Amino acid sequence: MTVSIADLVPGASESGGDLSAATLREMFRFMLLARVLDERMWLLNRAGKAPFVISCQGHEAAQVGAAFALTRGKDFTLPYYRGLATVLVMGMTPTEVMLGLFARATDPSSGGRQMPAHYSHRRLKIITQSSPVGTQIAHAAGVGLAERIKGGDAVVWTSFGEGTTSQGDFHEGINLAAVQQLPVIFQCENNEYAISVPQKQQMAVTSVADRGPAYGIPGISVDGTDVLSVYEVTRRAVERARRGDGSTLIEARVVRLTAHSSDDNDRTYRSQRELKSMRLSDPLARFAAYLHDQDMVSEAEERDLRADVAAEVDAATEAAEQAPMPDPETLHNHVYAL
Amino acid sequence: MPIITYRQALNDTLGEELKRDPNVLLMGEEIGVFQGSYRITEGLLQEYGPKRVVDTPIAEEGFVGVAIGAAMLGLRPVVEIMTINFILVAIDQVVNHASKIHYMFGGQVRVPLVIRTPSGGTGQLGATHSQSFENWFAYCPGLKVVAPATPYDAKGLLRAAIRDDDPVMFIESLALYDTKGDVPEDNDFVVPIGVAEVKRTGTDVTVISYSRMTAVAMQVAQRMANEGISVEVVDLRSLRPLDRPTIIASVKKTNRAVVIAEDWYSYGVTAEIAATIQEEAFDYLDAPVQRVAGIETPLPYAKDLSAASKPSAHSLIYAIRKVME
Repeated sequence: MTVSIADLVPGASESGGDLSAATLREMFRFMLLARVLDERMWLLNRAGKAPFVISCQGHEAAQVGAAFALTRGKDFTLPYYRGLATVLVMGMTPTEVMLGLFARATDPSSGGRQMPAHYSHRRLKIITQSSPVGTQIAHAAGVGLAERIKGGDAVVWTSFGEGTTSQGDFHEGINLAAVQQLPVIFQCENNEYAISVPQKQQMAVTSVADRGPAYGIPGISVDGTDVLSVYEVTRRAVERARRGDGSTLIEARVVRLTAHSSDDNDRTYRSQRELKSMRLSDPLARFAAYLHDQDMVSEAEERDLRADVAAEVDAATEAAEQAPMPDPETLHNHVYAL
Repeated sequence: MPIITYRQALNDTLGEELKRDPNVLLMGEEIGVFQGSYRITEGLLQEYGPKRVVDTPIAEEGFVGVAIGAAMLGLRPVVEIMTINFILVAIDQVVNHASKIHYMFGGQVRVPLVIRTPSGGTGQLGATHSQSFENWFAYCPGLKVVAPATPYDAKGLLRAAIRDDDPVMFIESLALYDTKGDVPEDNDFVVPIGVAEVKRTGTDVTVISYSRMTAVAMQVAQRMANEGISVEVVDLRSLRPLDRPTIIASVKKTNRAVVIAEDWYSYGVTAEIAATIQEEAFDYLDAPVQRVAGIETPLPYAKDLSAASKPSAHSLIYAIRKVME
């Protein structure tokens, strides 16, 4: 069942739950930053400056809402390749993201070794993934196991698309986490497409959350275009994990506002009507309208905010483009630890 | 030095490392109550409890992935895969993750993981239960692959592997578990990874091998001595990193080489060793390098077919005679 914040916290959709106006504005800023940064990466791709781009557009509310329920610098995240908004909230800067996109020597994720959008940042406890999808689900369970053995109370949050739930790794990883009651939150960002294959050809259930009870853990479906609902659902899952009660599977229903990646054209597999109607569910527009209604952000303030964010993205792009390329002399670095 | 079995050497080392380092934990199928399909983990659940000796669901991709995640946080998981045949369902986690995370993280995160698993065939175990895949892993930069032939090396290499900060594939052999040999009692004795050993000195021909085929080579060397042929046996012990200098030094001395391994002939370990000798000792060779390896069929079940499909003392003797012609 899909829950909204009104079901969970009566009156919350009017007030934003327990979040302050300043926090709501910060959430909006991160959503906007993710959007503008993402759009800039596409422009750089089309200009021939970035070989590969994969997008978080349409997933911003699901990621920002979830990440605000986590503790930055303490909790672990293993985001998948759409996790741009996630890693921004967890502390990566736009410049760091751009250094990865351009594969520069000072890219903090890998020094230009790893693909863009396979985010990592050791200090921020963001863990890298590989391109075969779903493998981070088992890693997340392992991080949770290690955290418990070490006696810490950090929570582990991992994300993946609904296409990944067809992989064995989804089953094996969640099952192990459930059996061991590990402090892991599994967020499925369901945008209804595995590249071009629609959800109905991927699974015979209507919601990925239906699978949670099969593993003995809660499965909750939430409107992933509503940042406050995702925040509330995740906050509860974090509390559950931190007090030692185990894992939660969250399905955030989102829209994918772009093609799968810079290497495909979604007009070949999605109708014009669908592409148009999807825009009505844009989480950024939805949250902007909510903040206007609540008199928390005026239209003039939004314009200023957009200008600020655009300037930040400009500066990040310029700084990263000017950063040095990795030296071929370092080719053999990092193959072995010893 | 006490004389113990290869199995006992492994069991002792696992227990000693669990005791020494609280970050070491064991994971795998049937390693707890059942004490391991080949009883390598005997007694360890009782002594160290279910948090250190974790019986997992039958989910190799899942629990290898879990072990990788735990290793990234500084634990030192030692995973048992019941046989190397079963690692194929987890190969993505080994090849795309364990071997590459350190690199893809720009050197910031290590994966101190050991995967123990027996390889090769003994007896009648059929097509999907007798294979040798260590060459697949030795192919991958980022992994280390070791394959001890004696209880001494089993102990020294397992300890080195657990203490190593890189992922190590630790290749065992069903046929070696009951073999016996001297093993030091010193708790800090290690055999360094990446160092081969001349297990027997000789002057006429070098036989290069590892794991069970080293045991075969040692028996054959003794027989050949009775015929007046002096065989030097180089035991690789590690497939990656490969100790090329020891191989080359021996071949430059004996001027003849036979390479024997249990994996399939084409694209196997023997091809890599023969190419190394060709590159670095060509001018010293008095005869072409001979290779002895598995027959290129799926492994058959019937007893005589099974025996005929694997390299043996007989096929090694044939190759040595040929290289001595």
